[in-house]
Amino acid sequence: MPALLEVEDLRAHYGWTEVLHGVSFAVPEGGITTILGANGAGKTTTLRAVSGLVRVAGRIRFDGRRVEGRAPEDLVRLGIGHVPEGRGTFVNLTVEENLRLGAYPRRDREAVRRDLERVWGYFPILRERRRQAAGTLSGGEQQMLAIARALMLRPRLLLLDEPSLGLAPLVVREIFRIVRLINREERVSVLLVEQNAAIALDLADHAYVLETGRVVLSGPPAILRQDDAVRRSYLGY
Amino acid sequence: MDIFLQQVVSGLATGGIYASLALALVMIYQATDVVNFAQGEMAMFSTYIAWTLLNAGVPYWAAFLATLAMAFVGGLLIERVVIRPVESAPVLTIVIVCIGLLVILNSLAGWIYSYIQKPFPSPFPQRPIRVGAVVFGAHDLGAIGVTLLVLLFLFVFFRYTTLGLAMRAAAQNPVSSRLCGIRVGWMLAIGWGLAALVGAVAGMMVAPVVFLDPNMMSGILIYAFASATLGGFTSPGGAVVGGLLVGVIENLVGTYVRFIGTELKLTVALAIIIVVLLVKPSGLFGRPVVRRV
Repeated sequence: MPALLEVEDLRAHYGWTEVLHGVSFAVPEGGITTILGANGAGKTTTLRAVSGLVRVAGRIRFDGRRVEGRAPEDLVRLGIGHVPEGRGTFVNLTVEENLRLGAYPRRDREAVRRDLERVWGYFPILRERRRQAAGTLSGGEQQMLAIARALMLRPRLLLLDEPSLGLAPLVVREIFRIVRLINREERVSVLLVEQNAAIALDLADHAYVLETGRVVLSGPPAILRQDDAVRRSYLGY
Repeated sequence: MDIFLQQVVSGLATGGIYASLALALVMIYQATDVVNFAQGEMAMFSTYIAWTLLNAGVPYWAAFLATLAMAFVGGLLIERVVIRPVESAPVLTIVIVCIGLLVILNSLAGWIYSYIQKPFPSPFPQRPIRVGAVVFGAHDLGAIGVTLLVLLFLFVFFRYTTLGLAMRAAAQNPVSSRLCGIRVGWMLAIGWGLAALVGAVAGMMVAPVVFLDPNMMSGILIYAFASATLGGFTSPGGAVVGGLLVGVIENLVGTYVRFIGTELKLTVALAIIIVVLLVKPSGLFGRPVVRRV
């Protein structure tokens, strides 16, 4: 499979401190790739770099084009949908308004209306709550809303930043089931960043392990699961 | 009783003006967390533009609309040129920039048009309208009507258009908005443009009453602050209700409290600000700001 996203030698700074020391990875077209790592390993920064929210050095290729240094507003228009850490809910707007915002760059109104129906098909609870202020939703529902909002863009690449954070195991399983469904049915490539390694390795077809700003390990989930260090640090057995 | 009703009605008329300006303040505050101290002078300057057009023989409503368009563009440019460079600076810096803008616009108007008061026409008939013993000025009623129309326009714009929705989103959560593809900087600029437009309406409606001069909005700006504080700086609807309330309270206090009269009326505005800030700082309809630390 050709790579939809290729990142090479990514370096990022906060102030004088370098937090990414030359990270390289790729997301194949149609695949689910995961980046595992502990708190502070640089996972969120990596995603923010890909969607243009932090300035970086290095090369980022999306669909063969160099895109590093572009503004997030432009990257969104290329088809990069970012579900940010903390979900980025517009808490005072209604659920439906949140979803309409996801389709903001699109001009094909008819197709947007159809996509709204489609997204409601994945997340029926959001349809029930569509007139409610999004801030009144539970954590799991807000995570669903965040994914649904990104889907309204009809993205080619979906960036997911710790979708399991703070959610009950059952809710997490449901959300990951839907992510897999979306990946298959919509042919959306997924880059998933997770601390919950067990569930991420179940979903992904390729994994990278990030430690303090460096990729220390990569490979298919089956191989990573056998690795002693990964088991001790991330899987807990 | 008649005097009472009369004062309430004329209070509503001036209140409508305060409401417009308060609304302009609230719009910018919501979008950027900035209290725009130059809002009054922007309105005053727009009114001078209207006056220039009218003097050149442009019919009233054409001049009115042209002024709104120019005020919008002016507000947009002010944000892009003056405010944007200090966007991420501390609030105090932006406040100082706004005050600088206030002084510049005031002096510029004085320099171009002189400080001599000028009459400004009303588009409404002179003839008073009598209902029972209460007399309505046609201009007062017209001003209330125009204010309500502007409100309706803003409500529909923010509630039902995609651009309005994007502006609300940008004000609420800039990072998420960028990830949705919204150009947040432009949303703020459009917010300034709209606020300038609303202020221009206030200026053109108040000028026939107070006459046109570079300082005509300074008192009104203080009433607008009182209105926005009373209604809540986070609530556009509250700002409007606050404006009408302040107009009525100001008139009733001026009429019934002997020692206040017309000279000390402005004190009422300050008293309202202080009382609200002491008793209910978020205002009648505002949301208290909760910050997680």
